[in-house]
Amino acid sequence: MQNVQLGFIDYAILAIYVAFVIGIGFALRRYMKSSSDFLTSGRSIPTWVTGLAFISANLGALELVGMAASGAKYGIATSHFYWVGAIPAMIFLAVFMMPFYYGSKARSVPEYLKMRFDERVRCLNSISFAVMTLLASGISMNALAKLLNALLGWDYHISLWICSGVVLVYVLKGGLTSAIYTEVLQFFMIVLGFAPVVYLGLKEIGGWGEMTQALQNVAVNPSALHLKDAGVSYSTNAWSSAWQPLLAGPANNPMGVDWFAMVFGLGFVLSFGYWCTNFLVVQRAMAARNMTAARNTPLVAAVPKMLFPALVIVPGMIAVALMSIPNKNYRIPPPALEGSAITVAASAVSQSNPGTTDLQPIIDKVSAAQNGVDATGKPRKLLKIDQGRLAEVLRTYGGKPVDKTGSPAEQEQHLQFATAFNNTITDYDYDGVILSLVKRYCPPGLLGLALTALLASFMSGMAGNVTAFNTVWTYDLYQAYLAPNKSDDHYFWMGRAVTVVGILLSIGTAYFARLYNNAMDVIQLVFGFVNAPLFATFLLGMFWARTTGTGAFLGLLGGTFTSGLFHALTIAKGNAPGIKGGYLSVVREFPSEMAQNFWLATFAFLGCFLLTAGISLATQRTKSDAELKGLVYSLTPKLKDEGTPWYQRPAVLGVVLLLCCVILNIIFW
Amino acid sequence: MGLDIRWPIGLMFSLVGALLVVYGVATGSSDLYKRSLDINVNLYWGLLLLVFGAFMLVMAWRGSKREQGASDTKTPAR
Repeated sequence: MQNVQLGFIDYAILAIYVAFVIGIGFALRRYMKSSSDFLTSGRSIPTWVTGLAFISANLGALELVGMAASGAKYGIATSHFYWVGAIPAMIFLAVFMMPFYYGSKARSVPEYLKMRFDERVRCLNSISFAVMTLLASGISMNALAKLLNALLGWDYHISLWICSGVVLVYVLKGGLTSAIYTEVLQFFMIVLGFAPVVYLGLKEIGGWGEMTQALQNVAVNPSALHLKDAGVSYSTNAWSSAWQPLLAGPANNPMGVDWFAMVFGLGFVLSFGYWCTNFLVVQRAMAARNMTAARNTPLVAAVPKMLFPALVIVPGMIAVALMSIPNKNYRIPPPALEGSAITVAASAVSQSNPGTTDLQPIIDKVSAAQNGVDATGKPRKLLKIDQGRLAEVLRTYGGKPVDKTGSPAEQEQHLQFATAFNNTITDYDYDGVILSLVKRYCPPGLLGLALTALLASFMSGMAGNVTAFNTVWTYDLYQAYLAPNKSDDHYFWMGRAVTVVGILLSIGTAYFARLYNNAMDVIQLVFGFVNAPLFATFLLGMFWARTTGTGAFLGLLGGTFTSGLFHALTIAKGNAPGIKGGYLSVVREFPSEMAQNFWLATFAFLGCFLLTAGISLATQRTKSDAELKGLVYSLTPKLKDEGTPWYQRPAVLGVVLLLCCVILNIIFW
Repeated sequence: MGLDIRWPIGLMFSLVGALLVVYGVATGSSDLYKRSLDINVNLYWGLLLLVFGAFMLVMAWRGSKREQGASDTKTPAR
């Protein structure tokens, strides 16, 4: 892969951005006087700021990169993550749940759980949240550093440490306020940095209509572009309609998902579970200056969130459309080959005649170097290499000394060969979509802006994770169990110290993720198990006064167990039993991993819901109605909105936003 | 909290915008812009960033004036 050379102008833009985020940290330093200033912003921030920070904290690099990847893999149906998932959940949070979070004066989501239930539930939730947040941050850092390395040639360690260092400085100086303020800056950076790429992409294809046309051709025969296995065919709108392919059943859409799993599993269970209970985002709303502002925070956030598919999903669709038009000379980048595999390929090609027709030995050798060999000496997994393209590479480079890297000329030839050989691979590294488009369209200047936007997303995600982690650690673990009744200065100090520790631990996780890809898969799987049932606990806790602490605690554990069991008994098509499921036995095979995940969430939710409700009925309530006032819907006086103008009332805004969301779904039906 | 975030946002985008405009004008006739479909994106997008930055600065300036007025009349600042 040829690296991009950054010019002076690009570094200048990057430097300006870094100077400003660090400057914000320093400017806020003098306002940090107590632990609550540092960890909860002293509840003083305007709505539009908390609103934009609310989505920006979630808009980590993985979101940006991953949504473009999904846009390429599944087309416009990816927007379900927004228009079925996020938006309704954010509206629900604003209208129904925020009054309890904000009104209870809890400083964190786990603390709310303690008020509503008991210490056990808080402990379970805060430990799992703290661990998950750090690991999630590390995984995303690793992914981005790898991407920057593969596509831009930046050093892995330098990008990792410098980005983390910048985040450390501004979070340490200005705490949550600093994280929230920079998230707003980063939000604008991300939008303004990527918008021109989307525009240029659409312009090159010839507009939305031409893109749809190209995607329709792809949908009928996706194997022509090696997007799917040979013989797979969809109806023409598989990439360009959101609902029709979904309603036609799992065999008719590239996601392999049925509509029920989508609406209930993703829309209801997973999205509500994430947006309504994850402290990372809820923390932003809790920093608002009053109840109305707190409730309006997710609503303000919903407006840009609703439009985000244009920025993050459309690039993926552009990439597939471009790839299907032959004279555009574009492909989604292949997965990068290991250095050792390139070396093997170079020596094999050097020793072959240009006209060799038996290409299998070369493919075997390179696959063995890339993926390792099994007990019989065969490569564990064969690389998907296009024989025609490989023959062409041989005609150009066969018998030539491309394995030598001594003189500059030899190095140059080796590099060219490596790029050409890598291009024979018909697999795609979908995570590279967005950067490959940036490289394609951005001249120096705009390139710096787009890369700064990418780094901004990386930093906003990381700062979000770290600020949520340090609050939960300081208030819900350290103050609650390890060192209660200390002075506020002590907790203030702890908040800062744990910020450093949190960042170091995420860096550690990033290196761990780099070394042990499989271990990371397992960890992420376990997160899924823990997260899936969570919403049932909150739903019952907030809306049913009869729910008891024991019920919630055991229900949550039971729900996690349900997801583990479900995963042990099911598998997705194409996966061998093992890490990806089915390790006990295979009761049910799903058409795709996504379908398996959505159904897992559905079952975990139901398991947790039924267990919590059942055990609650069988156990004594430990909290009286008076204690639950402000924590449970039926025992809390209804909020009066009469004093606020209609355009600031959460219920009115929520309905308007929901209507907009429905309209968007209909437009892209 | 003391700092109005619109100041740094406004300043930063004005600065980056100005930089892009200058660079765009200076490189206007080179074949740098082949890849961006022969559009001088640095110039045009720089102008847009400049307008956005200026807008933020104006809003911040208006905000600070209102705050001043509010504190003059001893009403709590919004």
